[in-house]
Amino acid sequence: MFSFFKKKKYPEFWNTYVSKVENCQKYSTFENIRFVALDTETTGFDFNNDRVLSIGAVAVQANKIIVSDYFEIYIEQEVFNKETVKIHGIRRNGTETKLSEKEALIQFLEYLDDAVILAHHTSFDVGMINMALERQGLGSLISKSVDTNYIHKKMVSDSNFGKIYSLDELSEIYNVKTHDRHTASGDALITAQLFLKLLGKYRKNYALNLNDLINSHYPFS
Amino acid sequence: MKNTIAERVKDFLKKYPPFNVLPREPLFDTAKNVEIHYFEKDQIIFDQNDEPHKHFYIVYEGAVRLYRFGEDVKHTVDICDEGDLFGLRPLIMKENYLMGAAANEETILYGIPIEDFNHIILNYPKVSQFLIASFATNTRDPFTDKHKGKLFANISAIKKVENTFSETQSVKYTKNPVTCNSDLQVKEAAIIMTEKVIDSIIITENNLPIGIITDKDIRTKIGTGVNKITDSVSEIMSTPVETFKENLSIAEAQIERLKHKVSHLIITEDGTNKTKVVGIITDHDLNTSHGNNPMFLMKEIKNAKDAETLKYVRTKATNLTKAYLEQEIPIYFVTKVITEINNAITKKAIRLSIKEIGSKPPVKFSWLAVGSQGRQEQLLKTDQDNALVFDNVPKEKYPEVKAYFLELATKVTEKLNIVGYEYCPANIMASNTKWCLSCKEWKEQFKDWIKNPIAEKILLSIIFFDFEFIYGDKELHETLSKRVFKYIESKQIFLGFLSKATLENPAPLGFFKQFLVEEDGENKDHFDIKSRALRPLVDAARIFSLYHGIHENNTIARYERLMEVEPQNKEIFESCANAFKILLQFRTLQGIANNDSGKYVDINNLSKSDRLKLKSCFKPIKNIQDSLKLRFNVSKLT
Repeated sequence: MFSFFKKKKYPEFWNTYVSKVENCQKYSTFENIRFVALDTETTGFDFNNDRVLSIGAVAVQANKIIVSDYFEIYIEQEVFNKETVKIHGIRRNGTETKLSEKEALIQFLEYLDDAVILAHHTSFDVGMINMALERQGLGSLISKSVDTNYIHKKMVSDSNFGKIYSLDELSEIYNVKTHDRHTASGDALITAQLFLKLLGKYRKNYALNLNDLINSHYPFS
Repeated sequence: MKNTIAERVKDFLKKYPPFNVLPREPLFDTAKNVEIHYFEKDQIIFDQNDEPHKHFYIVYEGAVRLYRFGEDVKHTVDICDEGDLFGLRPLIMKENYLMGAAANEETILYGIPIEDFNHIILNYPKVSQFLIASFATNTRDPFTDKHKGKLFANISAIKKVENTFSETQSVKYTKNPVTCNSDLQVKEAAIIMTEKVIDSIIITENNLPIGIITDKDIRTKIGTGVNKITDSVSEIMSTPVETFKENLSIAEAQIERLKHKVSHLIITEDGTNKTKVVGIITDHDLNTSHGNNPMFLMKEIKNAKDAETLKYVRTKATNLTKAYLEQEIPIYFVTKVITEINNAITKKAIRLSIKEIGSKPPVKFSWLAVGSQGRQEQLLKTDQDNALVFDNVPKEKYPEVKAYFLELATKVTEKLNIVGYEYCPANIMASNTKWCLSCKEWKEQFKDWIKNPIAEKILLSIIFFDFEFIYGDKELHETLSKRVFKYIESKQIFLGFLSKATLENPAPLGFFKQFLVEEDGENKDHFDIKSRALRPLVDAARIFSLYHGIHENNTIARYERLMEVEPQNKEIFESCANAFKILLQFRTLQGIANNDSGKYVDINNLSKSDRLKLKSCFKPIKNIQDSLKLRFNVSKLT
């Protein structure tokens, strides 16, 4: 008779992901935290109509980018926007091996594990992935996340809170070489390098702890 | 899975030897396992004599300088730039780094795991040929004409390094020292000493040492008229003498001198006073030896031209601490020596930074140490705690002056970080705009803390009221210090609030006199010796000193002064001072053993006697807390 209150039945891979994040013990010691620098290439900027084309990611831990801990997948498309092909270069019938959206998500969650998401304009990438999760009948990502844009803004204590820095602008400021711009993996790597440089500056003025980095999202707090 | 990142790493590696001779597949496998590191300018990648990392490095962007200390002088061996490889030989030879490496500018490195690479060396003869040739010819790339440096230290250089690594090096003592018989007149002995330009003479009987006279004996016993110049040397000699074996290391010699309070050490054939004298170690011998003695370290700091050298000296100072503690040299003495070294390093870092900026400070300023550094109780490398005060300036000049000092402070804290003092997690550093203030601003700040003692401000006053002058203008420091006492005098209730705050951390004995240990988290079952035992004693000493207007920061010194000021409570203060000494020694030994700050003690690993020793320190904590409660009417505060 309690079946009415029963939790929605999620597939095993989703439950595994949720319990991994919820039970993670690593967040208190900065050196132990695995960050996953990620970037998505999409067909456009509309959460409802556009789709994720590819996800690229690489792990950062203890101040190092761990190249062997990487992720790169391409997703089969129903929606196609030929305007953005010019930017990301992924054609509908390109040569990359493509996965179904569901398979891509299964692999992504397994890779993500209990890591903290690191991205530039994180809310966009996480938002696009959440829409895909929703289409597959799953919940939203519960991983903690940080954003290079906000970490930078916290440090420069910009009087102009509205200013949003693009990845190119920050790469210019922090002198990061931009290869493979506009491929998911290339942008993920640039974001990871930016993060290392930002942390180098950040730790001079602030203790390195995850909560403060996450809270850099809220400049007024 | 497609791996764009590894592809890019591979594209980079294949441009440079020895990777350029590798076929695609093993090269790609190598690229897949690379770690990417980022270093800021002057950050140290590894130190000379460090244990080898699991990776060797290739410079992706920026430049790395390799340096080596020989005879305590730093030599820059080479500068590696894009595509240059370093730190490989120690990994192959399984030995510690012969050279240190630091980022010469902002640098990105690829770290390549030696595990994978060993396999490549075995399977690709071209790679091993390249490496053998470069090790042998001392050049980075033996297949080009670019013989620009010595990448790999050669064998004779290794030996030299071992010899100059000096804690264990034996003292070069003066052989065949001048001796005389015990019936010689003092005047005669003095004539011999003057002729030979020596400051001591050993008195022997049948060639065995029975005593020694030094310049000091002649000054204190003859000069004062206690003895006559015609007395025999046996009347004024120190006897019996402490004798030692040959091959005494510099560290040991230093320690023996401190232990026995003697200035000269006599060396005999077998180390006892029953064999022939073979030599003597004097101040001069020790000071000219390259080694771990405080005087020498101070000299090295004085001559240092960069932060790396300072770090090198600081590492030696840590070894010195260890040796002192092992020899049970009194902790009070050890803290004094180490504090002197810490202060000298900070002063040097400031001087170097001013030089770097290129213009002199616009007004007078004073660099202050606060917290445990201000109390001069820092034995281990711990966090930086510092602040800066500058002279008052007219409003229109303020922004410019403040900007100068912030820049200066940032440079200094960066250097101290390189030396090994971590950045303060609470950002209590002069580089923080909040703690780099004019004299007037500081006074207002202090006044505010004392007038409005809410929890947060009490915490800050605890840290800042232990401020000690380190560098610059002494008067600024004194002005501030006087002002603090004046404010407190006019608002004694502040001391009540300070007492209340420290009493929230009660003496660390639970029911059945058990240790109170951490109940959860990483440090479960560990006793937090810093917060639970040392801090209450430090806090109590501070409160009583502020009450009596005692201008001392060091906890032991504070208790000693308090014993004089309140003779009726001498016993309790003395027991606190002793407990503090024991606890500090405990913490330091723990820290050295575990290579950390020594904050936590693993109770389960303590011997029974150590547990008892620790516990015996808790009684004084309870007693002093009880007196705080009574003296400052804590129960009446809400």
